[in-house]
Amino acid sequence: MSNNLSNLPKKFKGLTHDFSSDQVTFKGVNWGKAMMWIFLVSDTFIFSCFLISYMTVRASTPVPWPNPSEVFALTMFGVEVPLLLIAIMTFVLITSSGTMALAVKFGYERNRKLCALFILFTAIGGIAFVGMQAFEWTKLIFHDGVRPWGNPMGANQFGAFFFMVTGFHGTHVSIGVIFLLIFARKTWRGDFDTGRKGFFTSMKSNYVAIEILGLYWHFVDLVWVFIFAFFYLW
Amino acid sequence: MTEDIKNNKVSTHGLGIYLWIWALLFVLSGCSYAVDYYQFQGLLRWSLILFFMFAKAGLIMAFFMHLFWERYALVNVLLWPMTAIATFIFLMAAEAKYTFFTRLFYFVAGSS
Repeated sequence: MSNNLSNLPKKFKGLTHDFSSDQVTFKGVNWGKAMMWIFLVSDTFIFSCFLISYMTVRASTPVPWPNPSEVFALTMFGVEVPLLLIAIMTFVLITSSGTMALAVKFGYERNRKLCALFILFTAIGGIAFVGMQAFEWTKLIFHDGVRPWGNPMGANQFGAFFFMVTGFHGTHVSIGVIFLLIFARKTWRGDFDTGRKGFFTSMKSNYVAIEILGLYWHFVDLVWVFIFAFFYLW
Repeated sequence: MTEDIKNNKVSTHGLGIYLWIWALLFVLSGCSYAVDYYQFQGLLRWSLILFFMFAKAGLIMAFFMHLFWERYALVNVLLWPMTAIATFIFLMAAEAKYTFFTRLFYFVAGSS
């Protein structure tokens, strides 16, 4: 199927060709990859609904919104640094996205050990991110007294959106970490070289699975880009 | 497809491109953090936040998620639904402005 992919027309001519042809539309695309992309589009809609409702509520309340720059500031060596923890979390997540991209690359080069190692690095980055988020939540709940129904800093809705949006994102990261650890083990064991069957499926697995897992992980990073911009910076 | 990957050498992209994108993402994240650190305000702040956000999102999707190298059939199916989200944003922004106006009107001006 993908052998004659280079003979097919490209760009927009390729688009009309693929959609008007018989059989598969996404030529040369593994079905699992296409399904992961469709799941990610639906997940995009869920996160969009959260962020749009956050925009609607924040724009329509006459009560001043708490200033995120001050709420999420950390005091380091007696100096108040704005958004310090959030910035570190952003860099950690981007780094883990980079290691995941390299893991996918090493996977396609059939470099089993480097691939497993970089998936493990990615998982460690994810764990660090969730850990820092737990610290952030603890500080906000016990130190600043933020609740879903109110807070001392300003508009009552702030807490509800903070816990909902970052909580849902943190859940995605946690699920990602679990799958990263599972796939690091599978890769290290050589499942994708021997075509060993998965736990839930009778189908043989190969290194495309790493790219599909990578798509999910990059998506988690992608969502954080938007949360960082709209929730913490705006 | 499975046989292709098993038997043929799958062409991959160089290590350099990933490291470049990685470095760019770091720089862009640093820039968006600087927007807050130096406390830019108003239109400048919002436009800078949006610019760095879309630049980062574009780089991640194009290169880390390989969309730059995918066939247009897949790319178009994935990106056109985003126009629905853009429409929804405009709808709800208008709605929020209206709600804000009515709240000010009844809270401040009073309903008497």
